[in-house]
Amino acid sequence: MTSPPAPDAGLPEPSPPSPGLTRREALGRVARCGLALAGVGGAAFLLHDRRPAAAIGADAPRRRDLRTPEAPRDGELLFARSPNGPAGGPELIRKLLDAFGGMGRFVRRGERVVIKPNVGWDRNEQQAANTNPALIAALVHLCREAGAAEVIVTDVSCNDARRSFTRSGVGLAAQQAGAQVILPLEQDFVTVPMGGLLLQRWPVLKPLLEADRVISVPIVKHHNLTGMTGALKNLYGIIGGRRNLLHQQIDQSLLDLGHFLRPSLVVVDALRVLLRNGPQGGSFQDVQEVGQVAVTVDPVAADAWAAPFLGLKAKDLNFLRLAHGVLGSHELLQVREVG
Amino acid sequence: MALSARVRQLLERVLAAGGRVLPRPDPVHKLPSIRQGTSRRGRWLATLRGWVQLASFLLFLVLLLQTEVATFQRGSNLAGDLPYPTSLYLQADPLLGVATSLATGSLYDGLIWGLAVLLLTLLLGRAFCGWLCPFGAVQHAVEWLGRGWRRATKVIAGNRYAPGQRLKYYLLAALLVISVSGSMLVGLFDPISLLTRSLSLSILPALDEAARAGIRLLQQTELGPLQTLAAAGELVRPHLLPARPTHAHDAWVFGLIFLGLVGVVLWLPRFWCRRLCPLGALLGVCSRPALLGLAKDESRCTSCNRCLVACQGACDPQGGAPWHAAECHLCFNCEAACPEAALAFTFLPSRATTRLDADLTRRALVGSLAAGAVTLPLLRSSAGFAGPGGVAADPSLIRPPGALPEGDFLARCVKCGECMKVCPTHALHPTLLQAGLEGIWTPRLVPRIGYCEPSCTLCGEVCPTGAIRHLTEAEKTGHDGQPPVRLGTAFYDLGRCLPWAMHTPCIVCEEWCPTTPKAIWLEEVTVDDRDGKPIRLQRPHVDPRRCTGCGACEFACPIKDQAAIRVTSAGEVRHPHNRFLLSG
Repeated sequence: MTSPPAPDAGLPEPSPPSPGLTRREALGRVARCGLALAGVGGAAFLLHDRRPAAAIGADAPRRRDLRTPEAPRDGELLFARSPNGPAGGPELIRKLLDAFGGMGRFVRRGERVVIKPNVGWDRNEQQAANTNPALIAALVHLCREAGAAEVIVTDVSCNDARRSFTRSGVGLAAQQAGAQVILPLEQDFVTVPMGGLLLQRWPVLKPLLEADRVISVPIVKHHNLTGMTGALKNLYGIIGGRRNLLHQQIDQSLLDLGHFLRPSLVVVDALRVLLRNGPQGGSFQDVQEVGQVAVTVDPVAADAWAAPFLGLKAKDLNFLRLAHGVLGSHELLQVREVG
Repeated sequence: MALSARVRQLLERVLAAGGRVLPRPDPVHKLPSIRQGTSRRGRWLATLRGWVQLASFLLFLVLLLQTEVATFQRGSNLAGDLPYPTSLYLQADPLLGVATSLATGSLYDGLIWGLAVLLLTLLLGRAFCGWLCPFGAVQHAVEWLGRGWRRATKVIAGNRYAPGQRLKYYLLAALLVISVSGSMLVGLFDPISLLTRSLSLSILPALDEAARAGIRLLQQTELGPLQTLAAAGELVRPHLLPARPTHAHDAWVFGLIFLGLVGVVLWLPRFWCRRLCPLGALLGVCSRPALLGLAKDESRCTSCNRCLVACQGACDPQGGAPWHAAECHLCFNCEAACPEAALAFTFLPSRATTRLDADLTRRALVGSLAAGAVTLPLLRSSAGFAGPGGVAADPSLIRPPGALPEGDFLARCVKCGECMKVCPTHALHPTLLQAGLEGIWTPRLVPRIGYCEPSCTLCGEVCPTGAIRHLTEAEKTGHDGQPPVRLGTAFYDLGRCLPWAMHTPCIVCEEWCPTTPKAIWLEEVTVDDRDGKPIRLQRPHVDPRRCTGCGACEFACPIKDQAAIRVTSAGEVRHPHNRFLLSG
């Protein structure tokens, strides 16, 4: 029973509790309100990022130096010639690694190894745009013999990865040798601080971040911007993202990549060398059957050794000049042929 | 059927959530069971039909999912030939065979499979619609699941023959006239084309999008079991859904049309099949000489209407009306449901209670033929290459490699989207109006999204009608002095190009150019920057005699929104009208 308060009354009388409200209902309402408050407050508390603003996203660079302590020093490089042209790759690599102290010097028992060939393009083996498949298969076998727990073969191709790994022959050869072949998809990348001048935060292929050892297996090719693509340029294939921006300062991006990842071993495929129209080629006329393979841990020495096949000198290549003394040596003072 | 009852119960319980109990359905409105008839054979056949439909749909789906570039995992280093006949359903679609034959005077390659369906129909009737059609199966399944929620009287009334079912015959007549005049607009209405493009361009990518989001959500929970579930999902997803995310131009339109057509069956069962499907109409016409038919024993019929509860074709199996032979999908639900043994499908039945003709009126038929006759001339009165002395409707209309000259192309392309599904770089997208209204949903290369890989000939391999020729790799890349298949030509936009306009090294386009020698060549220059400091630059140029218009340069150009090098159809080899060089 209510009536409007008289206009001349001071304070309105306190209204009596509504007749319908029971204690149970009142408690229920209070409890529901409390739950809502706690829920919203709790969610906000959980979501609230309490780090100082400057710290968000600024992690230490995740550089990866994957050389074993026993690895040879920078500048040391062994190479060998095949008596039977490009088909001799598997024998050459066994011979070279024997001379270099065996695969056990670079890969230890139980480790997870990523072999990183250059499988950039939808081309076949004879067109020499991708690393030789038999060479990759031989390396997979050698890693398994050295006791590697897991061998992964992967690359971030430019062309469609399914076609590139298929037509190059690398996918099938690696799979049959017992490796896991990963054709990268969007979810296989993690954006990490790379610690470079240009490459600061950039998406990197997850298996490379999780690997204990990485064996980089570049093929030697002509490239109009850098002059050549070899061991340093092969590292482009470990990152995703807007790679096409890196051409604008390609030398610095190569240095950044070289700083970020030091492979456990570099195997240079000069079985077939693409002399012109690189890095894709396409015509057999652009391919020279050189029949050589080199092993080193020094990517700079690797590229310096390979440059003459393309008619280039190491000191004429800007990126090698910059990398010399920082990532390795291009002087080729400790190069030895294994006969 | 036990399963359907259980599904319905389950869904009812879900609906009843919230502590409120739904009123029990009024027994008067409760649907009678459709599998309690006296004919064991009928019940058995109806069940078998359900399983055949499921198997057929799954086969269709598997073939669609296999419409992807083959990889080394198959044990081969050849990325070409697909392991399965991925276009089988399109090839076995007699409507496409008939229409392309009318347009071109010949039956292309695998389209001969349509003969099997046609012969089946001449012998038995529209068994394809009830047993094999994957789009029919989808609608049947949705209608089956939703049937329980409708009032029995409405379900039964909705399954009687309706004069609106004649529309599909008129549509077929108009589409066939358009085919004769040389255009495959029939592809817009063909059910297999419709299902192929809807699933591959919109529904599967949408499911993939949803699955990815779901998996991401589970991963973010950081709870062990949920993360295991996410990992399992990630393992299964690439096998059930497209391995790579695809986003076709205007794909949502296909999804919306598909969902609309499938959703409407909850109110109007088999709306598409009964009222619109031109393939159903063609098969209906062809079912006339069929030996199999429904024999009705009117003396036994008690008008219980159980035969109408699940009738798919709305062909009037009940007593007191003629059975419309051309509408029947041979689903056997009526025979399975009849408690009086009044209905039986037999060979050479009496035709006393059968209506063979499609009940068309002459006036409407002549009208639809006339409408078909004026359609194409009307469409071709606007700009486009198909007409005589054609001009390009849109410079961005870059057709796939091996595409026929525009007029011949439009006389074959049924807009099924197979080429767009199979393209490994996701370069092919449906047009909207770039090829005129006549060419809507035909394939177009969009280099910003994907480029044409020189060694790939998959689009021609899957094309069911030969609108895209099945090239060999040698033909495509040029051999023995023969020029390569050119899709168009790349042109620089110098104001946007980094070395040309902004003193910045780049040449990503040159790196990506796949021809040998490269169509993009470099000019070494030394220019002064704004401070007068000399810089050495490589400035790219296009050699139009080498360029194949593959679009790799435009794809790779670092200027993301609109590339500094862009391909247009100029110089495409299929079209002499579009030539711009006097020689070479």
